[in-house]
Amino acid sequence: MNRILRGAVVALTALLAPVAALAEPAVTEFELDNGMKVVVIEDHRAPVVTHMVWYRFGSADEPPGKSGIAHFFEHLMFKGTDEIPEGAFSKIVAENGGSDNAFTSYDYTAYFQRIAADRLEIVMKMEADRMVDLVLTPEIVATERDVIIEERNQRTDNSPQARFQEQFDAALYMNHPYGIGVIGWRHEIEALNIDDALAFYKAYYSPDNAILVVAGDVTPEEVKSLAEIHYGPVPPSGVHPAPRPKEPPHLAARRLEMADPRVGQPYVMRSYLVPTLKSGEDPREAAALAVLSRILGNGISSRFAAALEREQKVAIDTGSWYYATARDENEFGIYAVPAPGHSLDEAEAALDAVLAEVIASGVTEEELARVKWLIRSAEVYEADDQSQLARKYGRALAVGLTVADVQGWVDLVDSVTAEEVRAAAEKYLVLERSVTGHLLTAEAQ
Amino acid sequence: MRFIPATAFAAALTCAIATAPADAVEIGEHVSPGGIPFWLVEEHAIPIVSFEIEMPGGARLDPEGKDGASRLMSWLFDEGAGEMDSAAFNLEKDALAARYGFSVTHDAFSISAQMLTEKLDESVALLALAISDPRLDADAVERMRALLLSNIADSMQDPNDIASRAFYARVFPDHPYGRALDGRIETVEALTIEDVRAAHDRLVQTAGIRIGIVGDVTPEKAGELLDVLFADVPEGEVREFERTEAAPPPGVEVFELGVPQSVAIFGMPGIYRDDPDFVAAYVMNHILGGGGFESRLMEEVREKRGLAYGVYSYISSRASAALYLGSVQTANERIAESLAVIRAEFERYVTEGITEEELAKAKQYLTGAYPLRFDTNAKIAKTLVAIQEDGLGTEYINIRNDLIDAVTLEDIRRVAERLVRPELMSVVIVGQPEGI
Repeated sequence: MNRILRGAVVALTALLAPVAALAEPAVTEFELDNGMKVVVIEDHRAPVVTHMVWYRFGSADEPPGKSGIAHFFEHLMFKGTDEIPEGAFSKIVAENGGSDNAFTSYDYTAYFQRIAADRLEIVMKMEADRMVDLVLTPEIVATERDVIIEERNQRTDNSPQARFQEQFDAALYMNHPYGIGVIGWRHEIEALNIDDALAFYKAYYSPDNAILVVAGDVTPEEVKSLAEIHYGPVPPSGVHPAPRPKEPPHLAARRLEMADPRVGQPYVMRSYLVPTLKSGEDPREAAALAVLSRILGNGISSRFAAALEREQKVAIDTGSWYYATARDENEFGIYAVPAPGHSLDEAEAALDAVLAEVIASGVTEEELARVKWLIRSAEVYEADDQSQLARKYGRALAVGLTVADVQGWVDLVDSVTAEEVRAAAEKYLVLERSVTGHLLTAEAQ
Repeated sequence: MRFIPATAFAAALTCAIATAPADAVEIGEHVSPGGIPFWLVEEHAIPIVSFEIEMPGGARLDPEGKDGASRLMSWLFDEGAGEMDSAAFNLEKDALAARYGFSVTHDAFSISAQMLTEKLDESVALLALAISDPRLDADAVERMRALLLSNIADSMQDPNDIASRAFYARVFPDHPYGRALDGRIETVEALTIEDVRAAHDRLVQTAGIRIGIVGDVTPEKAGELLDVLFADVPEGEVREFERTEAAPPPGVEVFELGVPQSVAIFGMPGIYRDDPDFVAAYVMNHILGGGGFESRLMEEVREKRGLAYGVYSYISSRASAALYLGSVQTANERIAESLAVIRAEFERYVTEGITEEELAKAKQYLTGAYPLRFDTNAKIAKTLVAIQEDGLGTEYINIRNDLIDAVTLEDIRRVAERLVRPELMSVVIVGQPEGI
C-alpha cells in the first residue's frame, strides 16, 4: 500500500501543469445592455450546441405558503405564447432535430436545448419569446397542476426515503427556505392557481434575472450578435428576488426517527449546517470542506469505507456530500447503512469515531494529495462533455459566483492545507449545527 | 425536471443511435496484433481515452439457483486484484485517476473505462489485472453480498422494482430473462466464492467481443493496449443464443402495495432488430409513445388530462426475446383511466393511422438529432459497440438516415397492425389501483 501510494504522489506532481493547461476550455463572458449575462464555452469537436437560460431564482425564493411555484412555473413555460401555440415549443425543437428540457433547484431555474449548431437561432428566438409573452389560461394551469401532483406522487409520496428527506430538511433549516423541498408541500401545490403563476412570472422572469450559457460549436461573436437581436429588446424588470431569511444560530442538536413498513434497508444520516463558496466569509473554508467531504466519504479509499466497511464491518455502505456552490449556508452530509446484525446506533457511533479522529489528528498528506489530484483530473474528463460544462458555469453564475471563481476552484483546492481541513472539521462538524436521522423498518399493519 | 422518459435501454437505444456526419466521426475498423477486433474513433482534442467493451454471455449463464452470481461478480472487479487487496487496488486506481465501470445484463458483461492519455499504459495494465485476476477475497465477497442483499430488500419495497420483477417473471416463467439480475435473497445468501469465480469465468472471454475506443490514441497504440488488456483472458467459445417468440400472457395482474400512486408496466409481442420492418417499427413507436413530449401517449395522458408525469412505450429487442413495452404511473384512483386512454389510443392508432405530416416530423427529428448522439467520447464508444451488437458495419452511420427516410405511411400502417395489439396486452400493476 505504501509503495503504491509513494509512486502515485511523485507521479502526480509532474503531471499537474500540462493536464491543467490542456483542459482549460475557452470561456468568454459579456453582458447585454438590459443586464442579461452571457457565457460562451467553445467546443468545436462536433457541430452541436447546448443553449441554456438560467434564472437566478429557485424554490428558495418562493413567497411563503406558495411552495412548489418555482417548479410549477417551469412546467408552465412549455405552454404557448402569443407566437408559439400551446405545446408547440418542444415540438419545434424536436422537428429541428433537437432535444429540450428544464430543471428547478433551490437557487435557480434553468431551461435548455441541445441542437445542431446552425439552428441555434431558432431556439434562442423561442426562449426569448417565452421570457415575456407566455399565455396561460385557468384550464392549462389546472391540468398541469395534476401533472405536478403525479410528479410529486412519483418522486416523493411513493418513496419513504424521499418523505424522510423532506422531514429531515425541514428540521435542518429552522428559518431558511432550503427547509422546503423543491417540489413543494402537497397541500400548497394543490392550492396554486393562475394568479400565483402570473405574479411569479411577472416579478422574476426578465433578462436582468437571467444568464445565457451557450456551449459548443460557436464563437463568442456569433452568440453576441444573436443574443443582441433576440434577448436584447426584452426590457429589464428591475425587480429581483427578495433577500432570503437567514438561519439563526443553531444551539441544539436535533434528532429524527421515522419508521415505515416500506423501508427495506434502514440507514442513519446526519447533516451539519456549513458555509459554501458564496455564503462563507472565507472561500478557503469551502475548499477545505470539499476536500474533507471526499476524504471522509468518497469512494472505497475514504475514511468511512476503510473504518466502517472494511475494518469494523459495522456498515455495508457509507458516504458523504457537500454542495460548495449553494448560494446560502448549506449542508455537509454523511450516512451509513448498517451491516446485518449491527444497529443504527453502532453505525452512528462508528461515524462519530472517525470524525473525532480527524478532528484530533487531522488528515494525512497522502489523503490530501490523492483527493486534490482526483479533483484536478476530474476537470480533464469534464472537458469531454459540453452540457456538463454549460451546467457548471450556469450554476455558478446563477448563485452569484463568477467565471473566475469556477476557473480558480481547482487552484484554490490545491492550496488547502491539512491543517485547514482539520480546522474546518473542528469548527463545523459539531452536533449543535446538525440533524441526525434514523430511517427504520416498521412492522406492516 | 419536466420528465425524462426511462426508455434509454434495450433496442430502442441501438436504433436511435446512429448517423453522424462523416466529417464529424470517422470510424476505423482494426484488429490488434494479437487478433482482437476493435473500432476506433481518434479524437486528440482532449487528453483522455474512453473504452467500451462488451462480452456476450452475461447473467443468463448463471445456473438455476445461482441467481445473482453474475451481478455479485460485477461488483467485485474493483475489490482487489493480483497482489493488491481492495484498499491497495483503489489507491492505485486513484493515483492514475482511471475510471472503470463493470456491469452485467442478462446477455452480456460490459466494461466502461476512461483513462488519462498520460497514464494510459498503467491504467490498462491495472484494468487487465482486474478482469483477469480479481482476488475475490472472502472479506470483499461478504461485504458485496451484504450490499446486494440490502439492495434486494429495498427493491422488494419499491413499486417500480416490484412491477418490473413481476412483469418479467410473468412473461418468462422458464427463461433466465424471468430471473432478476440481483437474484433473490435465498440464492444470494447461498452463493459461495466458487460460484462467484465460476461466474467470472463465464463472463470474461474474448470470443464474440465488441470493442469501441474513442479518444487520444492511435490505432497502433490501441492495438498494443488491447493485447495487454486481454493477455490473460481466455478466448472461449462463440455463444449463440436461441430466440424465443415471447408472448406476454394477456390480462391484468395486480400486486397490492400501500402507495398512493400505482405503477403499471404493459407489454405485447415485439420485433427483433434484424427484422426487415424494425426501422419502420422504430419510427412507428416514436410517434406513438417513444418521442417524449411529442408522442401521442404523452399528448393524451399527460398534456390533455394531467394523468401522469410520464408515459412511454419502447421496442425491446434482446438476444432471445422481442417485446413491445411501456409504462405509466398514476394515482390509484385514476390509474384505470390512464390505462383506458392508452388502450383507446392504441386502437385509434391502428384504425386511423397517422398523417403524412406526423411521419415527416418524426423523420425530421430522428434524422436531425443525429449529431447529438456523438458529442462525448464515452457516448461515441457506446454507440460503436451498439452498432456492432446489432450486427451492422461501420458504414451503418452513413446509411442510417436513409433507412429512416425510406419509411412510408404504408410501412407504418403495416407494423402498427402487427405490433400495436391492445387485445394482447399483458399488464402488471403495483399499488392500490381502483376500478381495475
